[in-house]
Amino acid sequence: MKINPKKCVACGNCTYVCPMGAIYIDPELKRATINRDECVECYACYNGLSKEVLPPSTVRFVRRTLANFRVRFEPEPDVCPTSAFEPDKLEWPRVVRRAFSDPRVPHESTGVSGRGTEEVKTNDVTDRVGIGQVGFTIELGRPGIGARFRDFQEMSRALAAVGVSFEKNNPITTLMSNVETGDIREDILNEKVMSAIIEIKVPIERTEEIIRIVWEVEKRIPTEVVMGVGVRCDAEGEETLVLPILQKLGYNPQRAKTNIGLGRKVIRDLTGVAPVAEPKELVNA
Amino acid sequence: MTNTLHRYGKAESFVDDYIVFSLPAKSKAAGQTGDALAAQKRFMQIAAEYKPASLGDALHGGSLRPTRSNSIFGHWGKRNKPNFKKVLAGMSKAGTMAAVFDNRTAAEAFVKRIREEDLGLSVNISSSIENAKNACKNAGIPRHSIAYSLGFEEVGDNIPGKQAIMLSTMCGHGMLSINLAQKMMSFVKENRRTPKEAAETMARFCSCGIFNTTRARRILEDVRVGVK
Repeated sequence: MKINPKKCVACGNCTYVCPMGAIYIDPELKRATINRDECVECYACYNGLSKEVLPPSTVRFVRRTLANFRVRFEPEPDVCPTSAFEPDKLEWPRVVRRAFSDPRVPHESTGVSGRGTEEVKTNDVTDRVGIGQVGFTIELGRPGIGARFRDFQEMSRALAAVGVSFEKNNPITTLMSNVETGDIREDILNEKVMSAIIEIKVPIERTEEIIRIVWEVEKRIPTEVVMGVGVRCDAEGEETLVLPILQKLGYNPQRAKTNIGLGRKVIRDLTGVAPVAEPKELVNA
Repeated sequence: MTNTLHRYGKAESFVDDYIVFSLPAKSKAAGQTGDALAAQKRFMQIAAEYKPASLGDALHGGSLRPTRSNSIFGHWGKRNKPNFKKVLAGMSKAGTMAAVFDNRTAAEAFVKRIREEDLGLSVNISSSIENAKNACKNAGIPRHSIAYSLGFEEVGDNIPGKQAIMLSTMCGHGMLSINLAQKMMSFVKENRRTPKEAAETMARFCSCGIFNTTRARRILEDVRVGVK
């Protein structure tokens, strides 16, 4: 991402919307400037800010004049008043930043969409995490911290050392130079991303061992780790095998993603089915 | 992706937060057949009947989106409002389609209706464990699988900045910065924006439309009067 200095009026709105805090007003240039090493190319500035077309030179004059009277030019906080952001052409390896950080961009670098996979979200169709298994999504970089691939490598190497195999369709796995050792391509190790997920699947008996490894690695890397622990429920819809292990380890899970089991191999044919009434344009507005 | 899973907060803070989303199994190995997009359009049209707080298409955006103005007068124009029709009309490819509900009655009624529709899509509820369990029980569905969120569950009651993280993690992709959440909290405290206006400002950054403006308004009301 780049900011056109001819358009920027240094209003400062973008300094707040950057999830990495990588945008600042340069005191000498008097323009918004991006710290490229910290920028993860998430495009939150370009995609998230509404775009207006105020004339930059007029806005600068107005700002200077108003400042004399201690009055401030204050555009809406989610607006770039002069549309100063311009996408950059990203080359390898920087392009992986965007692939893992901008949720709408297809994974051209890895051939896989998103930061992870469908994990247990489609488990009712795929049976990806079977009875007696646990699927881990180990995510580095939340909330708003970011992580570099060398941090992911620290985690993947520790997991590989105990014989864990990685989900082959996961984007991080596709960037490994050696899935047996958990090594990630050398040329991307310094690239920073918003967050990404390492995915593994193990027998339930190994749940505690894996969590302890994650705890150990977390102490050594300069980011935060959150985990999703996916498991099949029994025929009555209860889950009584993994929760006690988590509680024994000191967790008190509050939130979960629950697959309610409505997925089928064949999606319903809606030909001839009565349409649903159109909603009002504004609901809850 | 776990964009709906890791919301910061204890179970009681999800009292008005139910994300119900559908998706097809995309991998060839899954062997799923049929018109997923048509089924997802029906899923979202039905969701709109139950007055959700938001609807979101992960590919095209939610009911509140950033705008582009072509005239200088756009600077003084009114802000856009949630537009569900735009979400429904824009669905062009099967993917993750989400409806966010801010009350138990609507969420449970929707889940029950979707069960009766038997669309064949995978449907997930992201909320507190109990909320999802109750919704399944009400609809007579045994839960199939569960993914516990570990890492954000033990929120200290008096941690500074807790509410900014609660707001910002409502966009699980991280598009809503903590700094903007803090700025909006300050704006509400100074009465420069109402909680509704501040919540809608933040919602425009959530590119898949799962930001819950009702929960955000409640958090911002607490911030205004200093409730931790």
